[in-house]
Amino acid sequence: MRKRQPKTYTRLTHPLVRDSRDEPFRQATWEEALDRAARGLARNRGAFGMFSCARATNEMNYVAQKFARVVMGTNNVDSCNRTCHAPSVAGLSAAFGSGGGTSSYEEIEHTDVIVMWGSNARFAHPIFFQHVLKGIRNGARMYAVDPRRTSTAEWAEGWLGLNVGTDIPMAHAIGREIIHAGLANEAFIERATSGFEEYRALVEPWTLSLAEKVTGVPAAAMRELAHAYARAERAQLCWTLGITEHHNGTDNVRALINLSLLTGHVGRYGSGLQPLRGQNNVQGGGDMGAIPNRLPGFQDILDPDTRLKFESAWDTVIQPHYGLNLTEMFEAMEEGSLKAVYCIGENPAQSEADSEQAVRRMRQLDFLVVQDIFLTKTAELADVVLPATAGWAETEGTTTNSERRVQRVRRAVTPPGAAREDIDIICELAARLGHEWKYADAEAVWNELRSVSPDHYGMTYERLEQHQGIQWPCPSTDGLEPSFLHGRLWDPDPVGRGRPAPFGIVQHDPPVDLTDEEFPIRLTTGRRLDSYNTGVQSGSFASPLRRGEYIELCPEDAERYGVVVGEEVQVTSRRGSVVAPVWIDTALRPGLAFMTMHFPDEVDTNQLTIEANCPIAGTAEFKASAIRIDKLPVATVVTNVR
Amino acid sequence: MDLHFGDSKPTDEERAAVDALLGPPESSWEGADRSDADLRWARGGREARDRRDLLLPGLHAINDRIGWISEGALDYLCRRLTVPPAEAYGVATFYAMFSVKPRPATVLHVCTDLACAAAGASELCAGIEARLGLGSGVSVERSPCLGLCERAPAALAIKAGDPVRTAVSAPATVPDAVLAASAPESAPEEPPAALAVPQAGGDGLILLRRVGVVDPASLDDYRAHGGYTALRRAFELGPAGVIREVTDSGLVGRGGAAFPTGRKWQATASQPDHPHYVVCNADESEPGTFKDRVLMEGDPYALVEAMTIAAYAIGAHKGYVYLRGEYPRALHRLEHALAQARARGLLGDDILGQGYAFDIEIRRGAGAYICGEETALFNSIEGYRGEPRSKPPFPVEKGLFGKPTVENNVETLVNVLPVLTMGAPAYAAIGTAKSTGPKLFCVSGSVDRPGIYELPFGATLGELLERAGVREGLRAVLLGGAAGGFVRADELDIPLTFEGTREAGTTLGSGVVMAFDDTVPLPRLLLRIAEFFRDESCGQCVPCRVGTVRQEEALHRIVERTGAAAADDIALLREVGRAMRDASICGLGQTAWNAVESAIDRLGAYE
Amino acid sequence: MTAMPLGVPRRLVEFTIDGQEARVPEGATILDACRAAGKDVPTLCQGDTLTPKNACRVCVVEVEGSRTLVPACSRKAEPGMEVHTGTERARHSRKIVLELLASSVDLSTTPQVADWIKEYEAKPERFGPDAARLDEEPKIDNELYVRDYDKCILCYKCVDACGDQWQNTFAISVAGRGFDARIAVEHDAPLTDSACVYCGNCIEVCPTGALSFKSEFDMRAAGTWDESQQTETTTVCAYCGVGCNLTLHVQDNEIVKVTSPHDNPVTHGNLCIKGRFGYQHVQNRD
Repeated sequence: MRKRQPKTYTRLTHPLVRDSRDEPFRQATWEEALDRAARGLARNRGAFGMFSCARATNEMNYVAQKFARVVMGTNNVDSCNRTCHAPSVAGLSAAFGSGGGTSSYEEIEHTDVIVMWGSNARFAHPIFFQHVLKGIRNGARMYAVDPRRTSTAEWAEGWLGLNVGTDIPMAHAIGREIIHAGLANEAFIERATSGFEEYRALVEPWTLSLAEKVTGVPAAAMRELAHAYARAERAQLCWTLGITEHHNGTDNVRALINLSLLTGHVGRYGSGLQPLRGQNNVQGGGDMGAIPNRLPGFQDILDPDTRLKFESAWDTVIQPHYGLNLTEMFEAMEEGSLKAVYCIGENPAQSEADSEQAVRRMRQLDFLVVQDIFLTKTAELADVVLPATAGWAETEGTTTNSERRVQRVRRAVTPPGAAREDIDIICELAARLGHEWKYADAEAVWNELRSVSPDHYGMTYERLEQHQGIQWPCPSTDGLEPSFLHGRLWDPDPVGRGRPAPFGIVQHDPPVDLTDEEFPIRLTTGRRLDSYNTGVQSGSFASPLRRGEYIELCPEDAERYGVVVGEEVQVTSRRGSVVAPVWIDTALRPGLAFMTMHFPDEVDTNQLTIEANCPIAGTAEFKASAIRIDKLPVATVVTNVR
Repeated sequence: MDLHFGDSKPTDEERAAVDALLGPPESSWEGADRSDADLRWARGGREARDRRDLLLPGLHAINDRIGWISEGALDYLCRRLTVPPAEAYGVATFYAMFSVKPRPATVLHVCTDLACAAAGASELCAGIEARLGLGSGVSVERSPCLGLCERAPAALAIKAGDPVRTAVSAPATVPDAVLAASAPESAPEEPPAALAVPQAGGDGLILLRRVGVVDPASLDDYRAHGGYTALRRAFELGPAGVIREVTDSGLVGRGGAAFPTGRKWQATASQPDHPHYVVCNADESEPGTFKDRVLMEGDPYALVEAMTIAAYAIGAHKGYVYLRGEYPRALHRLEHALAQARARGLLGDDILGQGYAFDIEIRRGAGAYICGEETALFNSIEGYRGEPRSKPPFPVEKGLFGKPTVENNVETLVNVLPVLTMGAPAYAAIGTAKSTGPKLFCVSGSVDRPGIYELPFGATLGELLERAGVREGLRAVLLGGAAGGFVRADELDIPLTFEGTREAGTTLGSGVVMAFDDTVPLPRLLLRIAEFFRDESCGQCVPCRVGTVRQEEALHRIVERTGAAAADDIALLREVGRAMRDASICGLGQTAWNAVESAIDRLGAYE
Repeated sequence: MTAMPLGVPRRLVEFTIDGQEARVPEGATILDACRAAGKDVPTLCQGDTLTPKNACRVCVVEVEGSRTLVPACSRKAEPGMEVHTGTERARHSRKIVLELLASSVDLSTTPQVADWIKEYEAKPERFGPDAARLDEEPKIDNELYVRDYDKCILCYKCVDACGDQWQNTFAISVAGRGFDARIAVEHDAPLTDSACVYCGNCIEVCPTGALSFKSEFDMRAAGTWDESQQTETTTVCAYCGVGCNLTLHVQDNEIVKVTSPHDNPVTHGNLCIKGRFGYQHVQNRD
């Protein structure tokens, strides 16, 4: 019997440097570390990429993207939103011109039908799910679409257990059923959308019976969902990474948005689309321009007027093209065209799909500076490590949540040792690279952002305090906008309605990593209630629920392989192999296995996942790998030390 | 719902007991074996959560079959009904008749309450316990009033199995009770209900006229004795007409609160929210009360007909009888009556060919006096702990399942029949101006002929006791049961009306008249009353939950004291009693001090 | 179809409190009105995020025409009602309720109760040394929080918060009856065998300290818990995109407890295990 104890990380308290990658780190003064970092970046101007942080404040993200654009002259700035919700942003902005979820939490309490698609919000977004539960208690009917019968699905009127990666066939079949049943909202389609005829032709082949063959879900179940959604006076469609973490994640998002366009379930109180964000500031990071194609305020880089505004505000020249996204930056490392990375608060060495490949690529960099609160696996690869503050408890600023609510983050504890705030550090580096930025405090950064982002203009710190956060858009310091977006689509005046929302013409494309005789099991991934991402933060508290990493199988498969709970097995994909103990979960079915990313130091699940990326958003297909399970020659059973 | 279940599994027997009630599970998510179809589509949601009201029947099903409720059985029931196990555990542990710990299949409930205590229950109990010790396969449990006061002392044996067997031993001797517990199936048949009615077959009876006269199993016999003429009359009058008759008759509730029945019906009928429900409170648990049992055992169709009339008047299509768990014979009689009525179209979709639909379901209580409180009763039916709700809102507005509900007790409902057959004026002519109609009294204790007596309102306490053959040496009479009050032997001219008892500073309550002679040690009796309330407090509100304990403690301290030695504790009792009366949520706490107070003030206990 | 929700204007109810005119929106309780009028009515089981259970009865007031006293926390104001908050009758019941509770439960960590006991001249000791008490030992079966039911007044708030009013986990319920009733998980099992998801939303609403963070419990045991030395700072949780507001209670630069503002539109005072307990990594300082 082998015992397991989760790894805990200790805070970084001093800058660390080393002269070459095969040396150990040594402590350094801030002076030395910053000088080294500045030199490393300076020599790689033109081959630089910034990994900003979806967990840090808006203010830090604003300064970080400004650093990339102004100091380093590049739009190569991105964050881990790429690994999760970039397809939501891409899909929503393609349809509506704006990448935010269209509704607010409160609205889900007052809706009639809730569809949770590829979302185990009960575990991953528990407090959002409390709003869902209020809705259910108020009489809403909830449907869950998920390969697993999750805790979320257990609350549903109907759970539809589809095959992994068959979301588009199901969505199209539901769309077709809505059309054929005469339940499409013709007035809305006519006035507020474009491309309906094409969409009708697109979904026409997707009969319920064909979809049943492809998705594995009975036609009657899809029909019930189609009718419930279309007949509802109000309906909310929510999704999480089950939709986005696919090689065609943006297409998946478009396919869901189509259903809202078909039924008019968008742009009204209680009717809308709600992607649930995985990090505290994925929304804000993108809003602040820490993405390669948008400037702060989600303003398109390709728009000359926008560029001009920022060029004059920042006294710089902005590259008139999109930068590289995170995925592309990793590819550019491979090619050698990206040589230096400034990585703030991210852990791509463990969070990227096919993590071995990610580590190998980062090792090829000429210079890597990592700014974090822990010596993560990524930081271990760096030339310079800069100790930062924990954004949520040790700095002032704001973050933006999944309902676009900008809220104040406040400093409650003093950071340890010599750790410094992110913005300070970035400004120190900028100064060493010729840009003396003076920000008295986070509020000064925020006010600069307000001056360039109309959507944020009305949100002074004072008002944020007063209203317990304000949702964007907030163009005026006098009033508040409705809690939902795109009310314009219901404007009787065509001018007011603006650009019609186009249906997305997207085709089914099965997961890249096909199952076959050699790799017969579909592995999908997700979160547990008490853990978070790679577990660097969540691993430190003594959760009574935590049991470490397991490969979860259905009872039938466990019996077939002759394995019992706790028994270690070899799990192999076409990319890598790990040893993990078995857990048995009735929420799974034969041929479907489940793992998390929470304990990479125990079991590095991302050695198994495939780096098959969405061409539009760059998100990898974490949700669909093909694996094999082999019994170990000598059975070992694992127990946990709590 | 994402419920959490432990590793305990039900036995085949437990599973069968639950499935016999609910039918086989439809999917693996409900407890069946896994099928391919289950792994692709699961139904649930509202429909699954809406079966909570089957929790109490499910607990009964397990307890009846096994004798107690194991973890595995409880989990299985919860899985079937989508009820969280913690809540189900909270419900199961609320009721005295359930056990969540292993116990023998047979439980012998020996009544140690007022009438039985006066008839030697403690010696009986000791004798039984000496015979049925550990390993006897019988668990002997001391019980509050079993509603068999006319045959005190009483014992009730329940032997779990398929089917569950019960036997009553009353008046019980040690050998009789032991026999009933050891072999309930071969225990002698209980005497007919009519034996509890000394006036049975006599002239002038209205409510009791059929008890002992008709075959309680025969619908035809019931109809041959005037049955279902009232319902026919109701259909002629129409719902509004029925309510008018009931209102004009002056009928008030017989459960103790004396609320005008017509007003209650009118208030419910006029509620725009639907559906409406009619609920019969047959959870007769007030110590000393057994009239409803006798009515249900002796004339069950009368209750079915009366409920049908009430439902018709208020626009309800569904009715519930909430029946005391300790009344097995009433349960069988009533179940049979419902089946017969259904078979004859007197319940169902088209009653008497009038196009009116109504049916009745029986729900068994499980040993909780508090469930006689109207809103606690709703919670109990709905599958929650039988804790009273705060009022307002009142049941006429938000009752069972949150819908407008008429709740009447058995005696009240049965009074509706003569109201319709005689007409309101004739009915109202019986009794006094303010208390109209006939009234049933449960006479027990120190009398020669204990039983149910029917008298028009207005007869005096003395007249009633005389009929019952009061014995020498009368010391006190308890009116209204444990929640009522004592009167002295020199107060027998109190008229038995609501207004008369009120003027005399006491209460009629539910019609309990319990006579005690001077051999009964009063402090012990009061302590027993206090114990009763401490045991039966649901625990929801502080004044009652802790107040009943402090009351019992004080009475315990002064059980052998008088005068100055008791004065401090009596002062304490008064203060606590006042707060219980003023600040408790429901009638239980509000009245838990009444009898003790009356004993101190009226009888001079502890002087 | 309406694009915007229609706010329904609420009617006003006029009545009197202690002879003074009061006017509140329809549906408001007597307690709401009392608080709006600046009248102090003690409460224990009432919670600002929960439906009133009116179990403790310490908030009773006198309403003309009512046979019994009424709980201010749950009784809705009605037109023409005449409410008296400080009559001898109401004060008597409050005093007795305080005596009954204080004589059976450890109220040492219940805020304000000591003041009320003084104000109402309650003498819990008068029930004598043998008065029954709950006599429960603290249940310490996990590293996150402690259940010390010796301090439990059975207000039902934890059950309601865990149940259908917020968390819908239903890990706990009231089991048993009367004075023997206790908050318990099924079969009285330890928390670790229950449905508990350690959201701590029960701790958030507990009025007596019967439920507490293990950190608080340990510091109290060690005599180092000092609320006067604590700061409370509200920030945003970093564990997912929902944006829950956390109030960090910090003593000596250590986070010792996490709560959430009850009026926050995102949380309404509720958190999950990560937000409530997942702060330790910040203070892994050496």
